[in-house]
Amino acid sequence: MNSDVTTGSTPIKRGLAEMLRGGVIMDVVTPDQARVAEDAGACAVMALERVPADIRRDGGVARMSDPEMIEGIQEAVTIPVMAKARIGHFVEAQILQSLGVDFIDESEVLTPADEAHHIDKLAFTTPFVCGATNLGEALRRISEGAAMIRSKGEAGTGNIVEAVRHLRSILGDIRRIGQADPAEIYDWAKQLQAPLPLVREIAETGRLPVPLFCAGGIATPADAALAMQLGAEAVFVGSGIFKSDDPAPRARAIVEATTHFSDPSILAKVSRSLGAPMTGIGMDAVTERYADRGW
Amino acid sequence: MGAALPQSTVGVLALQGAFSNHLSALSTLGVAGRAVRRPVDLEGIQGLILPGGESTTMSMLLDSSGLREPIADLLHGGFPVLGTCAGLILLSKRIHDGRADQRGFDVLDIATARNAYGRQNESFESAVELSGGGSIPGIFIRAPRVMEVGPNVEIIGTRHGEPVLVRERSAIGCAFHPELSGDPTVHRLLIDQIGRSLTAVADASQED
Repeated sequence: MNSDVTTGSTPIKRGLAEMLRGGVIMDVVTPDQARVAEDAGACAVMALERVPADIRRDGGVARMSDPEMIEGIQEAVTIPVMAKARIGHFVEAQILQSLGVDFIDESEVLTPADEAHHIDKLAFTTPFVCGATNLGEALRRISEGAAMIRSKGEAGTGNIVEAVRHLRSILGDIRRIGQADPAEIYDWAKQLQAPLPLVREIAETGRLPVPLFCAGGIATPADAALAMQLGAEAVFVGSGIFKSDDPAPRARAIVEATTHFSDPSILAKVSRSLGAPMTGIGMDAVTERYADRGW
Repeated sequence: MGAALPQSTVGVLALQGAFSNHLSALSTLGVAGRAVRRPVDLEGIQGLILPGGESTTMSMLLDSSGLREPIADLLHGGFPVLGTCAGLILLSKRIHDGRADQRGFDVLDIATARNAYGRQNESFESAVELSGGGSIPGIFIRAPRVMEVGPNVEIIGTRHGEPVLVRERSAIGCAFHPELSGDPTVHRLLIDQIGRSLTAVADASQED
């Protein structure tokens, strides 16, 4: 590399997150699924061995995917490929970086490897996305180097209710901080357990310093549009596509709904005749909440 | 030079990608911007920006939204346009390593190769040398590489001798992301082009 060239800087990491705005990132478990996702207009794919609904059903320890499986998906598509590392498992992240994945998801969907520490994401060239249920959690992840935040929702449920709760919590607090006077900013930082400079930045700009995407429970085009109207800047769809009756048209409909999120006539058009969505589960039947993982 | 006519509005293709960053960049320059998602959004704009994002995603949405034909008609009529990153790919006549079904607007006589600098780990910041002198910051993210340049294409910016900012007629193509760096040079090129196009139209109508 020439000395006048910088890689892995904050603008480069956050820049890729900016490029994914308005798009749909789809979970895929095979190269064939990755091609279906790309054909449908996915802006990126998340390569993993089991979608969250299957992880939930199977139980046991969920870990980083087999590198061979990730490479197979990298070879199948031209769009960015993401992969998941366990919370705090910096060696899994090192492996994913060496594979050349475009984004690492330090994900609560996998079984956490560390009960106190997240990965020091500033030490990596590859950008990271992390989940958050509230603004304090989002700002702690950003201070560790996350280049993108996704509201966690509750993965593998096909139920949007938790994603809505988390988006409303994050965006509601951002709006409230925008109304706070300078003395109150200190108390916000204390209440959120978040770095004061980041809270100040939000007070000035009215937004997170990195893009805010939505994940965990999106199963229909209307779910994607709901997340976007609430203020998400793009969506992740995990089990919702390949656990439905007819994945390809549903994937495409969710892509169109994410772009035209504020146009009900287009939403009505793309929601027609998609077959059954994933069955989904109510929150009272969820025995283990993935969103509670992470600190 | 440089000041756009006050009434001009620049459309930013808002199907997917960094469109809001371009709208912010226009706002900083005091130029009205408009998100373009449907054909009706093209009415009353004087220039267009095709942003960075995923060119395969945008290509699908150009068809489903009905925007592909009206935008192609505008661009082939000499409408001022700036394409950055994925937008550069959409403007170019030849696409290497794209998908077989990928189609562009054929207004820049260049060949581009997708992701030819590598994956995200190889994305980089590096200065862009301007042919008119000086340099501007370049943020290259999974950037396309300009592989061939036709005889009528003007090279405005290079990096290590390779073209990264080019112009042909009223179309400007850029492999990097001026909407992320805060440097207004590239957006000003588009605004100047809009000014020239509007002046040309005004002159033509006076001659009638």
